[in-house]
Amino acid sequence: MIVPLEHLLILATILFLLGFGCVLARRNLIMILIGIEVMINAAGLTLVGASAYWQQVDGQILVVFLMAMTSAEVSISLAMVVYLQRRKGSIDVRSFDEMRG
Amino acid sequence: MTATLLFYILGAIAVIATLLAITRKNPVHAVIYLVNSFFALALLFYLLGAPLLAAWELIIYAGAIMVLFLFIIMMLQLSPTSDTIGSGETRRQWIPVMLLTLALATCTLLLTALDPSGAEAVPRWYASPRDFGYALFKEYALAIEIVSFQLLFAAVGAFYIGRPERKKTEPGGAE
Repeated sequence: MIVPLEHLLILATILFLLGFGCVLARRNLIMILIGIEVMINAAGLTLVGASAYWQQVDGQILVVFLMAMTSAEVSISLAMVVYLQRRKGSIDVRSFDEMRG
Repeated sequence: MTATLLFYILGAIAVIATLLAITRKNPVHAVIYLVNSFFALALLFYLLGAPLLAAWELIIYAGAIMVLFLFIIMMLQLSPTSDTIGSGETRRQWIPVMLLTLALATCTLLLTALDPSGAEAVPRWYASPRDFGYALFKEYALAIEIVSFQLLFAAVGAFYIGRPERKKTEPGGAE
């Protein structure tokens, strides 16, 4: 790679902030989960870039753990989406703003 | 030189596809654009010397996780109009988000500019799947076991949350 490390970090930052904005601004649970996916992938891009920069394989192995973590997170959160849809009939987060014990 | 050009093209594709994905009204369109973005990211991983991770990015993210999203969206029959962007209320919601994101972007760019080692080029390097697997199952064997436990717990948790609802019977029988 002939590209400077700065450009790689800037690209990862842009992707991460896009996901961050999606999580903050959207009101649809599925879109919020998509934002989390984007953020996790940006972190993975940083790790792969660091792995290439220091020529060590450890960064790539961390990405494997990141993928396993994402699979676990997505399976549980999508089950939660189905549960909430069954319970309230909507996946708009504004309908889950109350707490009753 | 070709690799450098490819890096910028793929980076632009990833950013544009992600930008389109997060602004779609219909979650199905968002998922399709996100698959596009993941393809670009997988090629970036390949350029950065991680061919195995590039394959896994496609198989696990684009293949498995995004199809799971599509499956859930189609199972729930979500209406695309549940989250409108154009209305005035949501447009006002985007303003603080934009400000916060821009502030964070400025801080990160300043931090990147502060470090002189950031201007150094990333060397051309390649981790063969053999080296990768050796490190994964030799040095990180315990972590692999823990990750397998994590996946098992996630499966159990998903089964528990998604179980069909049963009629609740009071233990005291007061009904």
